[in-house]
Amino acid sequence: MKEETIAAISTALGSSGIGIVRISGSEAVEVADRIFRSRTGKKLAACKSHTIHYGEIYEGNHRIDEVLVMLMRGPRSYTTEDTVEINCHGGIYLVKKVLRLALENGARMAEPGEFTKRAFLGGRMDLSQAEAVMDVIRSDNEYALDASIRQLKGEISQAIREMRSSLLYEIARIESALDDPEHISLEGYGEKLQILLCEIIERVRKLIDSFDSGRQMKEGIKTVILGKPNVGKSSLLNLLAGEERAIVTEMAGTTRDVLEESVLLDGIRLRLLDTAGIRKTEDQVERIGVERAYQQGKDADLVLYVADAASGVDEQDREIYQTIQEKRMIVLLNKTDLRDGEEGELEILSRTILKDWNPEAVILFSAQEKIGMDALKEAIRNVFFEGKVFASEEIHITNIRHWNLLKEAKRSLVLVQDSIEKGMPEDFYSIDLMAAYEKLGLIVGEEIEEDLVNEIFGKFCMGK
Amino acid sequence: MRAEREAMAGIEERYDVIVVGGGHAGCEAALAAARLGLETIVFTVSVDSIALMPCNPNIGGSSKGHLVRELDALGGEMGKNIDQTFIQSKMLNASKGPAVHSLRAQADKQEYTRQMRMTLENTDHLTIKQAEVTEILTESNSWEEKSVSKKRICGIVTASGARYLAGAVILATGVYLRARCIYGDVSVNTGPNGLQAANRLTASLQENGIVIRRFKTGTPARVDRRSIDFSKMEEQFGDPRVEPFSFTTDPESVQIRQDSCWLTYTNEKTHEIIRKNLDRSPLYCGVIEGTGPRYCPSIEDKVVKFPDKERHQVFVEPEGRYTNEMYLGGMSSSLPEDVQVEMYRTVPGLEQVKIVRNAYAIEYDSIDPGQLFATLEFKEIHGLFGAGQINGSSGYEEAAVQGFMAGVNAARLVKGEESIVLDRSQAYIGVLIDDLVTKENTEPYRMMTSRAEYRLLLRQDNADQRLTPMGYRIGLIEEERYQKLLEKQRQIQEEIRRLEETTVGTSAAVQELLKMYESTELKSGTTLAELIRRPELSYEKLEPLDEKRPVLSPSVIEQVNIEIKYEGYIKRQTQQVKQFEKLEKKKLEPNFDYSQIGSLRLEAIQKLNRYQPASIGQASRIAGVSPADISVLLVYLEQRNRRRREEKNAIDE
Repeated sequence: MKEETIAAISTALGSSGIGIVRISGSEAVEVADRIFRSRTGKKLAACKSHTIHYGEIYEGNHRIDEVLVMLMRGPRSYTTEDTVEINCHGGIYLVKKVLRLALENGARMAEPGEFTKRAFLGGRMDLSQAEAVMDVIRSDNEYALDASIRQLKGEISQAIREMRSSLLYEIARIESALDDPEHISLEGYGEKLQILLCEIIERVRKLIDSFDSGRQMKEGIKTVILGKPNVGKSSLLNLLAGEERAIVTEMAGTTRDVLEESVLLDGIRLRLLDTAGIRKTEDQVERIGVERAYQQGKDADLVLYVADAASGVDEQDREIYQTIQEKRMIVLLNKTDLRDGEEGELEILSRTILKDWNPEAVILFSAQEKIGMDALKEAIRNVFFEGKVFASEEIHITNIRHWNLLKEAKRSLVLVQDSIEKGMPEDFYSIDLMAAYEKLGLIVGEEIEEDLVNEIFGKFCMGK
Repeated sequence: MRAEREAMAGIEERYDVIVVGGGHAGCEAALAAARLGLETIVFTVSVDSIALMPCNPNIGGSSKGHLVRELDALGGEMGKNIDQTFIQSKMLNASKGPAVHSLRAQADKQEYTRQMRMTLENTDHLTIKQAEVTEILTESNSWEEKSVSKKRICGIVTASGARYLAGAVILATGVYLRARCIYGDVSVNTGPNGLQAANRLTASLQENGIVIRRFKTGTPARVDRRSIDFSKMEEQFGDPRVEPFSFTTDPESVQIRQDSCWLTYTNEKTHEIIRKNLDRSPLYCGVIEGTGPRYCPSIEDKVVKFPDKERHQVFVEPEGRYTNEMYLGGMSSSLPEDVQVEMYRTVPGLEQVKIVRNAYAIEYDSIDPGQLFATLEFKEIHGLFGAGQINGSSGYEEAAVQGFMAGVNAARLVKGEESIVLDRSQAYIGVLIDDLVTKENTEPYRMMTSRAEYRLLLRQDNADQRLTPMGYRIGLIEEERYQKLLEKQRQIQEEIRRLEETTVGTSAAVQELLKMYESTELKSGTTLAELIRRPELSYEKLEPLDEKRPVLSPSVIEQVNIEIKYEGYIKRQTQQVKQFEKLEKKKLEPNFDYSQIGSLRLEAIQKLNRYQPASIGQASRIAGVSPADISVLLVYLEQRNRRRREEKNAIDE
């Protein structure tokens, strides 16, 4: 039995260097040939195993990225299947784009741990590694699920739930009519369904577009700048954002006192959030801002804590620290340029903070003079590559998974439209409606078990 | 002591297969086992109630019709029996796709029972015995190496103390275990129609470790035809041309005079009376504890759950040709007698109605079917099978197909042959049994077309092609019928090929015909098959363009039409089935302790230990087992298989 062809990004995303898209399965070479044009003009299918090819990835006639492609035919590959690895050079977004192209050209998204699973099932690993493989599958899945759910709080999942519930209602209507044709009629139903389908397809299309344009993109390490008022948080944000304004999102509907920017720092994607300065206040409006700042701090993957080097760390700082002590944290002692006094004092201060707060790093910084930027970048890189903050890789993948599922859901809904237009009987509609319903369900991680039967009995009055 | 003495003094007989219960499950079980040559005895509390239809007077209906056809294709009896005893027949959903066409017939209840009893009485190797079974006999199974069960069945004991020994016992007790009929504050400990309940067997099952649940169902009143004003109702006719259930029935033999049914509606007044008297309903004041089915709710349930519905349909159906009793479909109830009279009399046409038999609810013991293999054998008791309502299903048809499968598997077990399981891609029967033994069912289970994920393949029209070869292998389909099927299949394939290869041009005759059916005219030549795919055209309509058309039977033409018209959809489902089969083929071992696999989640371990799935596919359908758990199981299986291979190699060397 031939295995389906799967694809995924197989390197840790974020490094500014190379990202690898791995495609494995019986049609791996065909899929790659559909999107890759070798400089020599030769198809991979005609090439020898274990060779490297230079060329470009194309979407139609549109050139996407310059790549190196490694061709490994099974069984001499990691998974023991035909495998193609595409080495991309243009940063995260292009890697993701290449993966999406592979998915649009016949591969399906690999499940968490699936390459390893195939490697084992293919006999690539010895028996003693089985336990480890099972653990990898389990932890990868738990992590992916967790990442998926974390990312989907809010509007998108709400939208998907709404669509699912109206799809389920329609399936139940059809099915109850089929089960009990003498009680429930489907007169003129196709036309009504067509209207609803247009609406839902439009909603799905918008969601897919939002993934494409990146406007809804919530990826990256959620990095929250915290500190008392006037310690230079906004300057830090501007400084970091100014480094590379690849994508700037201003979150509609968020408070005016939390600013969010997406920043690519040495290839690592940060969701940078600037918060209101935290202090005790009687002012109602300001207090709301402070509460939100605390909240953001609690949800952060990484906290950049900014303190004033000139005035040092005080009781207020310690209070704020109490609320975020569980978090990965980099402390910036800002305004070092303004500080007078003994040379060694700053070092003593930073050592004290290191000891008391146990942050990843304490950096002597000056937003004004741009001192300490390299140290900050290095600290963030270290945190990231040591795997202390995650977020990036799996969330990117999760994102593509969602995108892919949305596409599949849309495809199924279009099939329903076709069936209606072709004048097919109603029972054919529900087959593809169900497929769309299941795909959307995979995005929000809901079980489908018994949903339909419950909906049928709950919403439609059946039988004898 | 007493039982022992009686047993020693009394009767002790030996059979191959014992069937407990003579309802729809019991009949099919007994017939299958006996026809396979095994000495079979069927016990019933009343020989007069063999194949009794205590509820609705129909066989078939949406998806149930599929079950009957499948049963017939395998060599069961129900289809033949209803073909001889129906008084009206309809193909439901005829305007929908072929996958959901479903036959439903009104039965003459008396005739149905009589005919089935006659068949049983005249089947070789089959003994009918009127007696209440009160005990099952089991013994420890430690000596049986091949089996994994802790115990094995040896036989049963009846109320008189007589002992009957056998290698296999099938429990098909229907609603009779500790049955209780209830309406209002009247509650009697009997089965339907005052038939004797079986009050003692439950305890014996429990002593043997079987988990028991309490379910309920209900039935409407039967009324006197002479008290009905039919002028206020809509008459419902059967189909002008009747299709038989059985593939063996001559279609001409079922073109009989049909009786009518009648349609009327409840109204606000009816609902008012029900609402006013809810406190007197045993359902709502807590007298009934069993779980009822949501798909055939009582009229009080409908009024409570759908308060916005202004009216509910009531189907008035004859119970038979030689009786004035009429069945009030849609109005089952457990309200007190006086409320029933008042409520029925608000319905147009029933103003003067006289009730012959009151509506009632019935409670009964059933088993948790998670205790069964998909063969319907109990996991813990080798040779003991369950079939029908005792397994938590509902409906004559659901019962019959389980009875058949249990009968076949009991026979094969006694003969030392491998058991037979239909999977979800082969038959509705497979879907039904898999759902029963794999999913948590909290109410009596009814078949529905939406439960079958591959329903485009599991059509009632192709049940013979799907299952008759298996029936033949089992030994319940005779050679001639099997050869006929092979010939039919050959004709279908040949004709499809011919149509794919026959081209038509853009001649005036072609365009004229297309115009006649409002079909787009051709710009260039195409095949006949392509034209059949157009929704507005069909095989029959293209006849004038098809000069070399052979003479074929209507059943062959039907298949040709369907297979060509829906080819795209059918192919997609066939693809899905291939994926499905991959996991079904990966077998798990029985009685395995899943806590040995550390990477499974706790919930998965508990569920897998409880259900002991036969395959990875079945495991994947257990609620609480995630896709990641399935991946882990796959790796585990591979590890186990490799280890075995290595061990085997070591031994060989």
